[in-house]
Amino acid sequence: MVSVDQTARADSMGTSSKTTRILGGVLLAGIALWLFLAFVVTEPDIRIDGTSGQEIGQFDAFRLIYVHVPVVFVAYTAFVVTAIGSIMVLVKRSVWWDLVAGASAEIGALASALTLITGSIWGRPIWGTYWLWGDVRILTTLVLFMLSLGYLAVRRLEGTAEERARRSAIVGILLVVNILIVNRSVEWWASQTIHQDSTIAEAAIGGSKAFTLFYSIVLAMGLFTWMMIHRFRLAWLERQFDRFGLDDALTSRRAEAASVLEGEMS
Amino acid sequence: MTHLGFLIAGWGVVFVACGLYAVSVIRRARRVAARVPLERARWMTGKDSDVIGES
Repeated sequence: MVSVDQTARADSMGTSSKTTRILGGVLLAGIALWLFLAFVVTEPDIRIDGTSGQEIGQFDAFRLIYVHVPVVFVAYTAFVVTAIGSIMVLVKRSVWWDLVAGASAEIGALASALTLITGSIWGRPIWGTYWLWGDVRILTTLVLFMLSLGYLAVRRLEGTAEERARRSAIVGILLVVNILIVNRSVEWWASQTIHQDSTIAEAAIGGSKAFTLFYSIVLAMGLFTWMMIHRFRLAWLERQFDRFGLDDALTSRRAEAASVLEGEMS
Repeated sequence: MTHLGFLIAGWGVVFVACGLYAVSVIRRARRVAARVPLERARWMTGKDSDVIGES
């Protein structure tokens, strides 16, 4: 007989733990510092044109770099984690890694959508357009986003757990191949893009701007980790409920009935 | 400050989207957690079939 204690529910903890609460608090403080660095400490991008002597640059629109680039890093990291999880699924048939891959892909899909949106918003004041179909980086990023949606759709297709896991793992590995194409596209098809080479690799910025950009990326990685922990735990709970939900409900009802009977007997 | 509308839109969309996503995950988790016994919610030490397709 299962005791009432053993049927205690997990609702007291949800998906949070001491670690996630501490991490969440640190990240909230980190977000405040991020805003301070991005909007108060760093200067706008203003340079003087050598020939005309006029002010040129991106002015305050440059501050969008501190949100656009971190979001790109989150998308890349999320899909790399998905690919690692997918490989582990194929090699070890591991449920744990399958859930990690799925959780990470969902965050990656959100981050790649935000990459497109923030890039589009940044493009309007700088390039004079929200969207350019001929730009290879924009197009390959769009393909990455569509592929991530495809991955999430494949996970929901009919089939046995093994079939679903294997199919989605193959798409998950394709995601990371596409990251390489997105990242290198500005070099491979240099004439078909208005994107510049990597701002960080080319050391195109320095001082407080470089520090703030680096800090933004580190903070975004922290936020990704926090979100990933919660999303993975949710996936775990959903799987447990799908597998054992009915059994657990019956056990719980039996335990309740037994305690009622005991009360009536005594 | 120049380009204020673009800054609000760019930063705003990230904060709103991430915030809504985080809230929806945590709310869903609380709902599901209420139906899962504590011993099955232990994701790091769970022994239930770590191999896909096996119970």
